[in-house]
Amino acid sequence: MSIEPEPSAAPAPRASRTPWQTLWLKLRKNRAAMLALYVLVALYMVAVFADFLAPYHYETLDQDRPFQAPMLLRIHIRDASGSLTRPFIYGTRVANPSLKLYEDDTSETFPIRLFGRGDRHDLLWLVPTDRHLFTVDAPARLYLFGSDQFGRDIFSRILYGSRVSLSVGLIGIAISTLIGMLVGGVAGYYGGAIDFLLMRVVELILALPSLYLILVLRQSFGSDLTSIQIYLLIVLILSFIGWASEARVIRGMVLSLKEQEYVVAAEALGFSRMWIVVKHILPNTLSFVIVTATLSVPFYILGEVALSYLGVGIQEPEASWGNMLRAAQNVSYLTEYTWVITPGFFIFAAVMAWNVFGDGLRDAADPRTER
Amino acid sequence: MKTFLLRRLLALLPLLLAVTFITQTLLVLAPGDYFSKLAENPSITAARLEMLRAQYHIDSENVFVRYGYWLKGAVQGDFGYSFKFQAPVWSLIADRIVNTLILAIGALIISWGLAIPLGVISAVKKDTVFDRLAGGLSFVGLSIPSVFFSLLMVFFAQKSGLFPVGGIHNQVYWQYFTPWQKVVDTLWHLVLPATVLGTIGMAQYMRQMRGEMIETLSQDYIRTARAKGLSERKVLFGHALGNAINPLITLFGFSFAYLLSGAFITEYVFSWPGMGRLTVEALLDKDEPLVMASIVMLTAMLVVGSLLADLLLAYLDPRIRLE
Repeated sequence: MSIEPEPSAAPAPRASRTPWQTLWLKLRKNRAAMLALYVLVALYMVAVFADFLAPYHYETLDQDRPFQAPMLLRIHIRDASGSLTRPFIYGTRVANPSLKLYEDDTSETFPIRLFGRGDRHDLLWLVPTDRHLFTVDAPARLYLFGSDQFGRDIFSRILYGSRVSLSVGLIGIAISTLIGMLVGGVAGYYGGAIDFLLMRVVELILALPSLYLILVLRQSFGSDLTSIQIYLLIVLILSFIGWASEARVIRGMVLSLKEQEYVVAAEALGFSRMWIVVKHILPNTLSFVIVTATLSVPFYILGEVALSYLGVGIQEPEASWGNMLRAAQNVSYLTEYTWVITPGFFIFAAVMAWNVFGDGLRDAADPRTER
Repeated sequence: MKTFLLRRLLALLPLLLAVTFITQTLLVLAPGDYFSKLAENPSITAARLEMLRAQYHIDSENVFVRYGYWLKGAVQGDFGYSFKFQAPVWSLIADRIVNTLILAIGALIISWGLAIPLGVISAVKKDTVFDRLAGGLSFVGLSIPSVFFSLLMVFFAQKSGLFPVGGIHNQVYWQYFTPWQKVVDTLWHLVLPATVLGTIGMAQYMRQMRGEMIETLSQDYIRTARAKGLSERKVLFGHALGNAINPLITLFGFSFAYLLSGAFITEYVFSWPGMGRLTVEALLDKDEPLVMASIVMLTAMLVVGSLLADLLLAYLDPRIRLE
């Protein structure tokens, strides 16, 4: 409960707040949206520091020992005598090689080392180092979320995969928003034949069954591409589909904005039409644009997942959340080594966080919810 | 009404032309074709490959030539033979479309059957525990990736043994089943994929329903209805629901269209022999005639879906006239 302000108090401070401050204040009151924001910040930080946080490189494999069960719950903190000790894991023994069954070898213990040495990597793409946040000494291996069919650490691959799966959304949305704003702005402000033509293109893209168009587009580029090319291609294809709906709404907004007095004033001052669109009209659509952009990030994340799951996206040995799920396509893997679907929980968490955050942002940007 | 229908169906033609032309262009741009795989087979000579390509009119790299051949056949109703199945594409599509319809209708029943009551209750009990819970669940439904949800369901089916893991009917005993058993068997196979598709749609429609209902309940005529002493049941179902549901009917058409075309991930994971899976596999195999015919079919279904929504809305809402 807040205390009622004194009637004699100075004029409400709200008058001096910029719209962005108001938005932020409203957003902060929304607990679900703030939680989602923290989850997103955490996820994206993990993606940035993936190579340091992951105990292994995404390609590091142990082909003699595939499908080891998750060790997250088998990290021990009490030694044989029952007293507390630094966390450790037991060594692993192959119990049945054909069924891929393993058991703990309690004769050996491997403490989890902080900042231990491991695979080489470039921290923040700059600093070459071989330190990792936590490792265990060879020959033991730490598989927090288990290992896959090639004996690669699923935890490490999820961290590396987050770089692909999470950045697709941000870059994709940046490209499609840019195109959407420009096309919508030009169509709305210029009108006439340009408007007619651009809107027919928009309608065409919206009328197509989009996932198939994405697949046809992907197929038309062939498969002998490097991983970075495939990544860029996926982003571009998804943005190519994504800009249309944005452009249509922006055009609608621009149609009403262009009658505003400040636009007439800018015209009277003799600014060029493009300048007026970019400098005077589009900035006023920004709060709407940010909300829709946030709400459409999941489309890009799920698009990458779908393409990689179907095998035309990110290719092995590169990791992405979508291509990691491919292992689960094999029903016997899915039932015997269920941990192969762990990436699914991360996709779900990321998409959910974007949806909840976007929803909160929409409420906060909506002047009708003024409080 | 008649002119409206005629105009909408006529508008379908340029759309189909544009869509098929774009698809054809992209297919021509794609490196390799269906027969590239045969080239690895040493018993097939390069000359034989050229002959095959010429026979199926995919030897030209000129988009207009290729599209011309296709269009000429298509106008005469001949969409060609699938390279992979060696069967007329329409016979393949006809089989699959029934399966896709079964899946779509199953999903629609689940999603709308849950979304409308849940949305109405949430609106009436706004800001209660029920509303919050339903709101939270709708976010889960909205966010769960269909690949992941489908895989979880397959896992559940395999572990519990309660439901079949995939396919549309029992492969072994299907031919011995009585018609009634066939229906039951298909429904049994339908439960899980329809649940996956239904849940994802349900979340969205429930939120929409709740929003519309809250909006409607704040209208003056609802206050009037209450003021004249109508029972709450009559207010809700006699006055509010009918008005709140109109915007959802447009959504209904879109959802049907989406289910017909957008279900391919679920079809893929559950090995459901529907249109989506047929198209995706044709695309991955570069089975050109099949891709073209599927795209025509999918686009037409999308358009017909939204057309049906418009018709339904005009039928239910007397304020709307189709001119």
